Amino acid sequence: MSVVRSASLLVSAAYQRRRRVVNAGMLSITGLLTLLALAPLFWIVGYVIARGGRSLNLAFFTQLPRPLGMDGGGVLHAIEGTLLLALLASAFAIPPGLLAALYAARHPNTPLGVALRFATDVLSGVPSIVIGLFGYALIVRPQGHFSALAGGAALALIMVPTVTRTTEEMLKLVPHSLREASLALGAPEWKTSLSVVLPAALNGILTGVLLGIARAAGETAPLLFTALGNERFEAVQILTGAIQGRQGIGQILNRLFEQPVDSLPLTLWKYAQQPYPERINQAWAVALVLMILVLVLNITARVWIATRARRLRG
Amino acid sequence: MRVPVNRSESANAASPTPQTKIQVKDLAVAYGSFRAVAEVNLEIPETAITAIIGPSGCGKSTLLRTFNRMTDLVAGARVTGEVTLDGADIYAPTVDVVDVRRRVGMVFQRPNPFPKSIFDNVAYGPRLYGVSRRAALAEIVEHSLRKAALWDEVRDKLHTSAPALSGGQQQRLCIARALAVEPEVILMDEPCSALDPIATLKIEDLMRSLAVTYTIVIVTHNMQQAARVSDITAMMMLGEDRKTGTIIEVGDTKSIFTGPKDKRTEDYVTGRFG
Repeated sequence: MSVVRSASLLVSAAYQRRRRVVNAGMLSITGLLTLLALAPLFWIVGYVIARGGRSLNLAFFTQLPRPLGMDGGGVLHAIEGTLLLALLASAFAIPPGLLAALYAARHPNTPLGVALRFATDVLSGVPSIVIGLFGYALIVRPQGHFSALAGGAALALIMVPTVTRTTEEMLKLVPHSLREASLALGAPEWKTSLSVVLPAALNGILTGVLLGIARAAGETAPLLFTALGNERFEAVQILTGAIQGRQGIGQILNRLFEQPVDSLPLTLWKYAQQPYPERINQAWAVALVLMILVLVLNITARVWIATRARRLRG
Repeated sequence: MRVPVNRSESANAASPTPQTKIQVKDLAVAYGSFRAVAEVNLEIPETAITAIIGPSGCGKSTLLRTFNRMTDLVAGARVTGEVTLDGADIYAPTVDVVDVRRRVGMVFQRPNPFPKSIFDNVAYGPRLYGVSRRAALAEIVEHSLRKAALWDEVRDKLHTSAPALSGGQQQRLCIARALAVEPEVILMDEPCSALDPIATLKIEDLMRSLAVTYTIVIVTHNMQQAARVSDITAMMMLGEDRKTGTIIEVGDTKSIFTGPKDKRTEDYVTGRFG
């Protein structure tokens, strides 16, 4: 009996040694692969900062492009265009996205709920250039001209799946007991959803919206056939001009939405193709600004999610 | 086991001829083909505390949830038999479920305050029923919080977050929230199972004081709690098939704990089972 036990102890000591070696080996491999996976990220960020940082100055943010051959000038048109497009896309995407998520979270196993989730997944997988073409066929062709409106609509289609899925997940995080508490007080379903469940998930939903905006703000392809680009677009000028000229709200909206606009990714795409060094340098600077914009949106959203999760646990 | 029943006796003495508030006749609840509870007959007296005790999974909560039709919310749940509130069947097709739930409030196992301010939690119910004047709401909120023995602790921070309160305070807030719509019956589904002994004692004291005006039904698997607070105790257990729960004995709390008629009740309350 005692012999058997000591033998098994010997075996287990050898086994322990082997286990430690394998463990150390696996740990190094996973660590190495992690570094390998992270390397491109830091490489890209570092390279863009190095190349783009040089051309950044105040004028870059406050001026329109100058004609080729002239130094200076900025990409105010693209910054304003990006904001305008993001605003339009949000206006188109958020209301239906929220309502769809409310439905899908509440009725996950009904035919419509399943169809909704399936459709959202499919939509998020549609190539963005196809969405651009869709916007062209649906809005640009009938209207006869490119516009911010068409660009915003195309970006909204990019945004909807992100908004819907994040919102749905956040709504599912709301404890069922909260819904029950409201219903037990005699509140109807819709009232419970709107005044208890939705506010409880609000921070998470805002996060989803921010992620959606970040995603849409970085898209180029959907804009090629819709917003097209417009180096003379200046929203502040349009607004001040409109106020001085006492134009009606309809006229102002018309001038803002019904002409082509540029966006940062679109500008980057165009500048990078040009054979002029100053344009190439500006393209790098645009890349930097775009990256910072998307990064800030992303980080804000994620910090928001983290504090939210802490609050729900606490 | 020593069973302190003296408080129950005094409560019984205060209401010598209790009226029946809720009457359950031949009630059965099925989830799909699974019969969770069946053949339940029970009378719940007015302005008294009725405890439903029994081992886990015997259908106590399911039974409790038929009293304010929360079972309606479970897909596939089917209730047969009769539950009457003041003699009127609450499952009759003409009955408005909102009205049932206003008259029969509920407090849950885990405190579940809304992630809003203390004030907005209590005011939620009254606002549902159309009270919108600030002064009227403030009055209801204070009144409800006083009744729930929470006012003195929160009067200076009514507009701070409710989930920041302690567990015991949260549960009393949930009771105040239920009281704010002036219910007649309060259902409590193991209201102290997530609380420490001191918070539990506060809730039990509160229940005794509420029982003067309200009809209270509490589900608990803490027998000492049932013995401490309730006037009537109903013993629930799985039937012969080990699947379907039913009530095997009802009586005033003292006799259930000191001289149960059913052997299974005796085994349970003396700790030989469960």
